Amino acid sequence: MATNPVIQIRNIKKYFRDVKAVDGIDLSIPEAEFLALLGPNGAGKTTLVEMIEGLQKPDLGEILIMNRHWKGNETYLRRHIGISLQETRFIDKLTTTEILRLFASFYGIGEKRIDEILELIRLQDKRKAYTVNLSGGQRQRLALGIALMNSPSVLLLDEPTSGLDPNSRREIWDILLNLKKNQHTTMILTTHYMEEAAFLCDKIVIMDKGKILAEGTLEELLTRNHSDEIIEFNLQGDPDTLNLNNNNWLKKINWDPDRKKVTLFVTEILLALPHILDKTSSDKYKITGLECRKMTLDDLFISLTGRRLTD
Amino acid sequence: MIQLILIHFREFVREPGIIFWSIIFPIAMAWVLGIAFSRQSELAQQVVLIENSREQYPPFREFLNDSKKITKEILDENTECYEKTLVSDKLGKTIFRFISTDWDHGILLLKRGQVNLIMKEYPDSLEYFFDPINPQAKTIFIMLSSAINNQNLVYESPAISPLTQKGNRYIDFLIPGLLALGAMNSLLWGISYALIEMRSKKLMRRMVATPMKKSEFLISFFIARLLIAIIEAAILWTFAYFYFRISLQGSFLALATIFLAGNIAFSGLAILISSRTANSRIGTGLINVVTMPMMILSGIFFSYHNFPDFAIPVIQKMPLTMMADSIRAVFIEGSGITQVAGNSAILTGLGVCCFLIGLKIYKWY
Repeated sequence: MATNPVIQIRNIKKYFRDVKAVDGIDLSIPEAEFLALLGPNGAGKTTLVEMIEGLQKPDLGEILIMNRHWKGNETYLRRHIGISLQETRFIDKLTTTEILRLFASFYGIGEKRIDEILELIRLQDKRKAYTVNLSGGQRQRLALGIALMNSPSVLLLDEPTSGLDPNSRREIWDILLNLKKNQHTTMILTTHYMEEAAFLCDKIVIMDKGKILAEGTLEELLTRNHSDEIIEFNLQGDPDTLNLNNNNWLKKINWDPDRKKVTLFVTEILLALPHILDKTSSDKYKITGLECRKMTLDDLFISLTGRRLTD
Repeated sequence: MIQLILIHFREFVREPGIIFWSIIFPIAMAWVLGIAFSRQSELAQQVVLIENSREQYPPFREFLNDSKKITKEILDENTECYEKTLVSDKLGKTIFRFISTDWDHGILLLKRGQVNLIMKEYPDSLEYFFDPINPQAKTIFIMLSSAINNQNLVYESPAISPLTQKGNRYIDFLIPGLLALGAMNSLLWGISYALIEMRSKKLMRRMVATPMKKSEFLISFFIARLLIAIIEAAILWTFAYFYFRISLQGSFLALATIFLAGNIAFSGLAILISSRTANSRIGTGLINVVTMPMMILSGIFFSYHNFPDFAIPVIQKMPLTMMADSIRAVFIEGSGITQVAGNSAILTGLGVCCFLIGLKIYKWY
């Protein structure tokens, strides 16, 4: 457990009828750490983040932010956290500046900060544009700007780049990286883009079906208790007849019946590949699209759950 | 709070349809209804006449002596009609158009609402066929039978003293009702619908996750909408003053009091309606369920005393009825603050209760 963690989550559970949206999560996040909650749709990321944001109440467990519970400390905590929700839409016929001014008024913040935010999120040219006329990327940047208005100690972003093109995503990353460099903001970011988690965050938590499957830095996740090399190919033939399981270089084999793809988690490609080619050389099999690489987070997710992050 | 109020105003004025719905439509409605009902007697009252081909009834034929013979297209056929105009100094001009046709066609016209009465001519009498519950049919029967039998005697009776001064006209009845109706629609649609939309866009959720006070958020809607309702009412009243010469006979303070109380009532109701409503489709339905009965029953366009006696106490307790009755009393009965105090207190209390309940159960996300 980190000393003086800014956010502490202890055995949090949340149920919706018979669905366990969050099923016993423990997390401890120190100051200035950027943490990614990585997982597919329906993993429970948004539910968890909304409980941290105080927008939903857990059924069990507790959440402490800056050593404070939400109950009795709502006003204090709202002044010190910034959030960006998944898919916030704004009032169509208000301008960018008017929206920022509205949210600034909630914190008692003046015009100077609004100008700073416009510069930070690179929307100076769009200060008088109606929000309905902003592009998706510009709206996301505006949402981020609102989240940063009060210079929060804790920043909670729910899929801030979802649905954006690569350039727009990159712009948001730049803003966040600048924030990391210049402030001591603690951030939780939910995403289903593994490259976003890998690029931005110090620590990654992989979630699925309301539970944490793995957590750590990127290097820790890819090397701890797992092999770090992948051999992948498309196979015509019965994968069960390959009989690769007795080999000590094989950690795990994954068969995707829809794509007819075999993914082998091996200790070393150079050790494994000759055996695989030998086995598949008979007329019973045909392999195409052979690929050998280092393990990625997506591969790690497949090895943990049997499906892709984007499924 | 100021920023919250400002955003409501900005949204209001930047919506192109607002000019039509808030200003042009109410004025147009007042103008059309005012004109229509002030000149109703000049419209032709159509009556089916089943003539007797062999012998005619002399008093009726004498009545038709100076009538005009015209041809009109009735039921896709060119049909002969007699048009008789009765002019009276006291009762104005009344035009009767007798459509000469057979019984089957006559019944069809009755069913379609094009006539309210059928007359059948016999050699020694006239027979009148009409629905005795239909007030317009009864009026036509009384006017025709007295005119045919007594000619102008009844029309010029010294017992008739026409009331045509300001305050007794239909338009004097209508305008106060329209002011109340305008306030109700402005508040219920302007507040409820906007809140439901904000919730569905997750904007409300985002705002609630700031230090913003929830009560201030809701009150800002009330203040903004009250100011807008005042502007809308002022425009309608200005039009009515200059065009129809509507004037205020009671005190302005009484009018302001009941107007404010009505606004508080409808704001509270609007917040309660939007408190748990999932989306704008359900919201639209709910708002209609609340507004439509009041629009029809509350005595805006015609007196609610036309409804059965058992319904009247219920109707009188409806918020729109209380507001319209009190505004009407101030305009045309000269009521002051003491006369409207009761309804004002009830409306204010209703609004505050609805607001507090709504705030307590409000689904912010």
